[in-house]
Amino acid sequence: MTASASSPRTLFQKIWDNHVVHAEEGRQTILYIDLQLVHEVTSAQAFEGLRLAGRPVRRPERTVATADHNVPTSDRSLPILDKISKQQIDTLRDNCQEFDIQHYDLNDPNQGIVHVIGPELGYTQPGMTIVCGDSHTSTHGAFGALAFGIGTSEVEHVLATQTLLQFKPKTLELCVDGQLLPHVTAKDLILYLIGQITTDGGTGYCVEYTGEAIRGLTVENRMTVCNMSIEAGARAGMIAPDETTYDYLRGRKFVPQDFDAAVELWKQLPTDEGAEYDKSLQFKAADIAPQVTWGTNPGLVVSVDGKVPTPADFDDATEQKTAAGALDYMGLQGGEPITDLKLDRVFIGSCTNARIEDLRAAAVVAKGHTVSEHVSAMVVPGSGQVKLQAEKEGLDRVFKEAGFDWREAGCSMCLAMNPDKLAPGERCASTSNRNFEGRQGKGGRTHLVSPAMAAAAAVAGHFVDIRDWK
Amino acid sequence: MKAFTSHTGLVVAMDRANVDTDQIIPKQFLKRIERTGFGEFLFWDWTKLDDGSPNPDFELNKPEAQGASVLLTRRNFGCGSSREHAPWSLEDYGFRVIIAPSFADIFYNNCFKNGMLPIQLSDPQVEELFRRTAEHTGYELTANLDTCTLSDAHGFSQSFEVQPFRRHCLLNGLDDIDLTLEHEEKISAYEASHA
Repeated sequence: MTASASSPRTLFQKIWDNHVVHAEEGRQTILYIDLQLVHEVTSAQAFEGLRLAGRPVRRPERTVATADHNVPTSDRSLPILDKISKQQIDTLRDNCQEFDIQHYDLNDPNQGIVHVIGPELGYTQPGMTIVCGDSHTSTHGAFGALAFGIGTSEVEHVLATQTLLQFKPKTLELCVDGQLLPHVTAKDLILYLIGQITTDGGTGYCVEYTGEAIRGLTVENRMTVCNMSIEAGARAGMIAPDETTYDYLRGRKFVPQDFDAAVELWKQLPTDEGAEYDKSLQFKAADIAPQVTWGTNPGLVVSVDGKVPTPADFDDATEQKTAAGALDYMGLQGGEPITDLKLDRVFIGSCTNARIEDLRAAAVVAKGHTVSEHVSAMVVPGSGQVKLQAEKEGLDRVFKEAGFDWREAGCSMCLAMNPDKLAPGERCASTSNRNFEGRQGKGGRTHLVSPAMAAAAAVAGHFVDIRDWK
Repeated sequence: MKAFTSHTGLVVAMDRANVDTDQIIPKQFLKRIERTGFGEFLFWDWTKLDDGSPNPDFELNKPEAQGASVLLTRRNFGCGSSREHAPWSLEDYGFRVIIAPSFADIFYNNCFKNGMLPIQLSDPQVEELFRRTAEHTGYELTANLDTCTLSDAHGFSQSFEVQPFRRHCLLNGLDDIDLTLEHEEKISAYEASHA
């Protein structure tokens, strides 16, 4: 069933081999799933499917739920005004009760974005297979787990069988040599990589990020990198576990009781010397400057000291058409210096950039400044625990004194399912992951940036090169 | 799962690359807890003008596109969010076949779970179909999953590839969960050895 232990294997291959329940030539492998994360938007139909077929949840203790996508980030003591949103959140609560699933409900101190609370509580561990009905499940790959997003039919499949039918993806190594320059963050790194390989360059692959620049990242920063793997088309992105990973996990609530024994096993996971990837690409950290997206997919990105491109800058007809459409939607001509773009809104939040280190990075920039009078800026912590920690450190005061709106945890304006959204034509600097048309509100114009760049843009009222910030 | 053997239908050409699932079905329609009824919200932001009236320039709103069940489009169709509401809305609208040079992985997979056939062809082949759709009024294509052939009434015939087991399941409308539970003993054995 598994490959010979003597042949060198990649991190991906090891996790895959460890989870094969049944493999048959020409068919999808039945892969065991260690952990399924569930949220309100993509699960109701899966639970309903179980009920209709009279099937139980096979391993309720391997499933963890929270409400995040659709929840208000305003005062939680008030009732939810949107009746359909409320019904969806209530339905998740009822389903978890019926099927005996751990649920971090709206008023639970551990509620938050599913990809923030999984790692925070120690559910996410190296070597695991983790799925969720959400494409940013790739976030958990930061721990050396195989983690990917699935559709609702597959959510139902995992609930019923604790397995998934999978064709084995190919492996892609993205190696970033050298150290990131000052003020260049994990967000800039991943936006740069997506810009280089394009929005579908990773399709069909599981990515492993390697190299000195990756090893030098904190676990939270690694999550930012892996989170956006899907924006390059890769369902999963992973980083081998190391001491940084173990230090992060030690002492968290749901890690193995014999932690040291677990670490010894996890140390077997990193890619063996001589193991081959289906494809490997090399990049230099020194080439990466702070990034800003200008278009309507995350691959349409330039350095902050650059200019918005024009369609003529692209090679083939389809790309030129995409660029022209993106410029039109974004209200740009092409040729504008990025730092000239004036903003209406700033959003600091999402599963990409709403952990405590992200908020600290934004607060350092915002401290002692005032949000520009033509900008409305909000900070939405990734979880109740992140919010609590930030308040302990006084970050909430820094933000509030500068004129930022300080909110409750949730996905918020990353996808604008709740009341937090852009009005048509509004231009927003956002620390989230998608700049698709209408993503943050119909007609809204999203530019993706790092937390520090977002905070600086809020103060200046336009993009600024964070390397020049005083 | 709904079976798919062969389908002949009117083609609508959507000359756009990287159509993401946020465009296919915007977030405000993801609040429903049902699996059906998403067709009327398909491509919502593109189908409507700012005043809420139908956008006459949008591909699916044109008179010649009415009744289309074959969607012809460009690369990386269905990228972004994993929402299965995207194939639900396409299927509910009436699409059975989607043809593109490439598809996003999660979307591609979700199509098969909903009795829809995504067909991947080369860029020149897709270009040829765009040309033919423009050339022939009421242009129709037949997708035959049994023979894995895509053909029209004007001499076009092209084989396409589908992973054999996916093809087998779609032809027979097999339920994935039932298939997996045939191996229930192996799942239990795996769990026992990894407890």
